[in-house]
Amino acid sequence: MDTITTSRPLATYLIRHGDDNLVLAQRLAEYISWAPELEEDLAIANIALDHLGVAHHLLAYAASVEGDGRDADALAFLRSEREFTNLLLVERPNDDFAVIMVRQFLFDAYQVPLWEALAGSADTTLAGIAAKAVKEARYHLRHSRNWVVTLGDGTEESHRRTQHAFDELWRFTGEMFVGDALDTDMAAAGIGVDPASLEAPWRRTVLEAIADATLSEPEDTTVRVGGRSGFHTEALGHMLGEMQWLQRAYPGLEW
Amino acid sequence: MDGEERFREIIAADEKVEPGDWMPEGYRQTLIRQIAQHAHSEVIGMQPEGNWITRAPTLKRKAILMAKVQDEAGHGLYLYSAAETLGVSRDELVRLLHEGRQKYSSIFNYPTLTWADIGAIGWLVDGAAITNQVALTRTSYGPYSRAMVRICKEESFHQRQGYEIMMVLARGSEEQRAMAQDALDRFWWPSLMMFGPHDSESTHSDQSMEWKIKPVSNDDLRQQFVDATVPQAEYLGLTIPDPDLRWNAERGHYDFGEIDWDEFWRVVKGHGPMNRERMAHKIEAWERGAWVREAAVAHAAKRTAARSA
Repeated sequence: MDTITTSRPLATYLIRHGDDNLVLAQRLAEYISWAPELEEDLAIANIALDHLGVAHHLLAYAASVEGDGRDADALAFLRSEREFTNLLLVERPNDDFAVIMVRQFLFDAYQVPLWEALAGSADTTLAGIAAKAVKEARYHLRHSRNWVVTLGDGTEESHRRTQHAFDELWRFTGEMFVGDALDTDMAAAGIGVDPASLEAPWRRTVLEAIADATLSEPEDTTVRVGGRSGFHTEALGHMLGEMQWLQRAYPGLEW
Repeated sequence: MDGEERFREIIAADEKVEPGDWMPEGYRQTLIRQIAQHAHSEVIGMQPEGNWITRAPTLKRKAILMAKVQDEAGHGLYLYSAAETLGVSRDELVRLLHEGRQKYSSIFNYPTLTWADIGAIGWLVDGAAITNQVALTRTSYGPYSRAMVRICKEESFHQRQGYEIMMVLARGSEEQRAMAQDALDRFWWPSLMMFGPHDSESTHSDQSMEWKIKPVSNDDLRQQFVDATVPQAEYLGLTIPDPDLRWNAERGHYDFGEIDWDEFWRVVKGHGPMNRERMAHKIEAWERGAWVREAAVAHAAKRTAARSA
């Protein structure tokens, strides 16, 4: 079953990046009111809102490119687990604050060079979305990097938890840089970016922070892929079950 | 002129008392209690609304609700800062809340069971809060008054979006209309309770009015709220669950039924539907965050040591 191909490659490409941001926004939303300090609840809500905004723009544009009557909400609330094409990293559960911040940091370090590249996209709508998103991503990266260093270089417990978070999430990072035929086509058309080209800047950012945080680069060489083709971890289905429930329970209504 | 005389002058002239000014100890304690309760309410209020962020029905509704909960965290911070100008730390106030020695608004001890409850909270609960807070912009303590001015602007946006949710539901399917009516049925009386006991029963009211901490009485504010809200409910085509509610042309106000004061006191005393859950959530979040706060302190100390080495 080919679950992810829409009629138009551009729409598929936009949905991938839209899904990354939507799923991460939803994960962060789960955490609001659980942060260690009120300031951090505020920051997490703010970051979640940024991701949600980017997701909304990308999915709305994807829907208009598809042109078959679906809107952004239909894409967000009426696709199944097998049709979501987000990276596995962003769907990982909120195990503790270290996991939340390391997940954020690993993703921010990817999104900054991603949006920098896409800001130069031949597709001007995508370029416009990316130009706005890159400013937000830089702020997110400052925030998450700051926490990674604080926690890594904090107490024995925070160091242990943060190292554990890196070790647990590391196998999901390789997927960010594995391209497929669609990525190749989009890059060739000057619309998208070759994901492999994002790995070097990502590694620089990540290794520098790991060093500042007195942590070690994880030794895990596993690369877990599948998100872009709808082959997820078991965590996603539960998230969508919650997120989509109202639209599924009362189909076709205005809210 | 001594401090006490100056304080009386400020109050008489409707000017603002500022943090450096002399003030009676009772004035200071009343303000701390009231501002802290207000700050705690903003923070605890994040829970019933946060309960629906992950299930909000559209991307737009999710974004609006998330922004609203974020505003509440911001209001909490802003109010804790106002309380700190009175010489008490935020940590101390949070500790008092966790120990059950300070309160938050009882309205948040009711559960949000359906999406319509998010609409009802915006429309009724924020509506009642604004009624109270607009009055408080004239409170005699400068930092509190300025906090209220700022908070009112955001609250009126919250109230509008809540009413808009209700409007969409009221004009929606039969199930949606029932959902909206049910939310109004459950939140109407608790919203009226937000204004507190009758003026004749309120232990703090007289002194607070004399000091102009509280410029308008509980019963007057409640009447204002009812007068403003009844036509809004009529416009929605929803029924306010009060058989005694009717326009009184002579008074120029709506008459309305008596609040169930037993319920009011039961919830205030900790026996509402969600009192235990709200506090348990708050305390658990705080305890789960302990290692993070300790790490931040340890890291900052290492930084300082490294700089001075």
